[in-house]
Amino acid sequence: MTVVRDRVTTRIASPPMRRRLSPLLVVVAGAAIVVALTYTLPPFRTYQLATVGAYLCVTAGLTVLTGLNGQLSLGHGALMATGAYTLALWQNKFNLLAVGIVVAVLVTTAVGAVIGLAAARLRGPYLAGLTLAVAVVVPSITSTFDETFNSDQGLSVILNPPPESLTVEQWQAWLCWGAALVTVFVLALLTRGRFGRDMRAVRDDETAARLAGISIARTQVAAFVVSAACAGLGGALFAVMAQSVSPGAFPLTLSLFLLMAIVIGGLGRLSGALIGAVLLVALPAVAHEIGEAAGSQRLEGNLALTFFGVVLVVVMLAAPGGLASLRPFKKKGHR
Amino acid sequence: MKRTATALTAAVLLAVSGCSNSDGGGSNSSADTPGVTDTEIVVGTHMPLTGPAAAGYSKIAPATKAYFDYVNANGGVHGRKITYKIMDDGYNPANTQQVVRQLVLQDKVFAILNGLGTPTHSGVLDFLKTNRVPDLFVASGSRSWNQPDKYPGTFGFNPDYTVEGKILATHVKTEHAGKKVCFLGQDDDFGRDSLAGIEKVLGPVAAKQSYVTSNPNVGPQMGALKAAGCQVVMLATVPGFTALSIGTAAKIGFKPQFVVSNVGSDPATLAKTLGAAAPLLEGVVAANYLPLVNDTANPWIQLYTKVNKEYNAGAEMDNNVVYGMSVAYLFVQSLQSAGKDLTRDGIIEAVKKGGFTGPGLVPVRYSATDHSGYGGEQLTTIEGGQAKWLGKPFRTDDGDGAVEVYEQAAVAPPANGIPAA
Repeated sequence: MTVVRDRVTTRIASPPMRRRLSPLLVVVAGAAIVVALTYTLPPFRTYQLATVGAYLCVTAGLTVLTGLNGQLSLGHGALMATGAYTLALWQNKFNLLAVGIVVAVLVTTAVGAVIGLAAARLRGPYLAGLTLAVAVVVPSITSTFDETFNSDQGLSVILNPPPESLTVEQWQAWLCWGAALVTVFVLALLTRGRFGRDMRAVRDDETAARLAGISIARTQVAAFVVSAACAGLGGALFAVMAQSVSPGAFPLTLSLFLLMAIVIGGLGRLSGALIGAVLLVALPAVAHEIGEAAGSQRLEGNLALTFFGVVLVVVMLAAPGGLASLRPFKKKGHR
Repeated sequence: MKRTATALTAAVLLAVSGCSNSDGGGSNSSADTPGVTDTEIVVGTHMPLTGPAAAGYSKIAPATKAYFDYVNANGGVHGRKITYKIMDDGYNPANTQQVVRQLVLQDKVFAILNGLGTPTHSGVLDFLKTNRVPDLFVASGSRSWNQPDKYPGTFGFNPDYTVEGKILATHVKTEHAGKKVCFLGQDDDFGRDSLAGIEKVLGPVAAKQSYVTSNPNVGPQMGALKAAGCQVVMLATVPGFTALSIGTAAKIGFKPQFVVSNVGSDPATLAKTLGAAAPLLEGVVAANYLPLVNDTANPWIQLYTKVNKEYNAGAEMDNNVVYGMSVAYLFVQSLQSAGKDLTRDGIIEAVKKGGFTGPGLVPVRYSATDHSGYGGEQLTTIEGGQAKWLGKPFRTDDGDGAVEVYEQAAVAPPANGIPAA
């Protein structure tokens, strides 16, 4: 972990020479592209596009926490589960989706604050251990309180059908990407301002940061809370897409995949989070194709994990800063 | 931020290039029904080929496919060959969501056939309904499949767990009168429906425990049942957990009479899982509604053995193979009944019309108001590692109806082994 962090540090710490695009411009362009795609892609691809959007909420938040603030979380799957279950319980009681998503984010934020308070006191492997425990405990909670959470079977989510003029998949893609773009926009603004500088300062040298008058604990807890809110939003979106929640949707491997995805994509960069989100959807799909081509359906259950591992090794060897650090057009004077 | 823009473009390109291979091959059937052409019918399923429920169940879909291949080799149904797409969901409801969407949206299947599992399939009911995909012969006995008003396209296959619970409990009531009866079930609708049936006949059980498939340890549960002094333990468990429960009980010196749900009772699967401890299975009581695999004189078993040898690479015959082929037989019957102009509404109407006779000891119950599968079971006991029939088939409903003996004899398969139109 330290090795990766140092390398990323040096890259990010270098003064930004390039002209920066306004986040608003990127978000508007992104929205236009997504809308165009939802009218051209076949339904299943649109569904996958929506999944990328939901993942992007989570990976963007996680990359801010891990890449910019240096806190490792293996428990983001559990935070997603918190958001998802909150939304499910809310929907089944009130059936008001917009409010439900907000409530899901708020509840996850509260849970994130509690974990963040504990996490701010821990470093390195101890922090990893704490967040790991959070990820592992989800299935036990759902089976212990099975009257509320209905154990492994999970809950179904009551949803109103989408507006007449849209297909279900288009509606899902708009919803997920709307949320994802708002998340990215807010995170971009946050990390560019004082909060972003504080987070980087804390990550790079806590003593120096404290000397500069930055409250270490407050910054770390705040970073965890922001990240948790994003995870809760992503989880709620997954609950909407699947129309159900179950502990099996948020296993430990999901938390590990999320972390791998942002490392492969490029730690600390929102563009890396996007690449990571795309990989989270694309790699299992590729693994499925390979498994089918090899004629063994039993292979694909295990292939995705192998695949991610291999990609991680290759990317770390070839581009330690992640895929987002690759700039093939740099020498041609592209913009 | 330029990188973000580059990445966005890359993502778009990736998505677009990805979709190029999924296009084409639209339906050229006159009816314009997804998954149906003049020469082919594509159906899909989700099955636990890996994971906690794979033991035994992973053999079902290949057997179904083998029977379809047999039908295809004999000219198919109304000139159409059946393609069966099998997806592994690992018995994880979240994966089921994913693979069923892939089957319906990407592979454009005509119907989902025999999707396995109560917790897994429950999660896709709404999706299948929204997309108007026939959801035929679900491989589970949950009462959720029998909701014609809410899910008009969904039909069960197994006798529902409440029916089964009532039949098993009736046996316990007569054969083990006055004994302390306890229950261990899966912590979902499977366990709950089963317990509901048992308690309809026996009243409240002395002790009840539950397990989840994600935690392969039933030590605490068996310990609690032993401590409660249970003499009969009724199991609503998948095969892996039946074996685990019986093995764990033996380990702590707990030897009750086990009475097991049909879905967790295939002797071959259990013996394989228990290994050297397989003799523990002697005397275990269960139930079945399809011919037993060791009954080699049964014409259905003879047919299935032949198909298995020719089209399933001679996989070891067990009750899962019998089950898989019986599902396939019923689906071919439905296709024949739906006629040459095959549509999604057409097949649902055909199944609703019912009147199918096949390998079952009692008939399936399909009608406009009843979407549950087989209506009863006959008890079995394990002797010398083989299941053996006890008594006569019973029939009942999931309400307060009585458990009655079903007298009519089972029918024999047609000479060529393929149902006629």
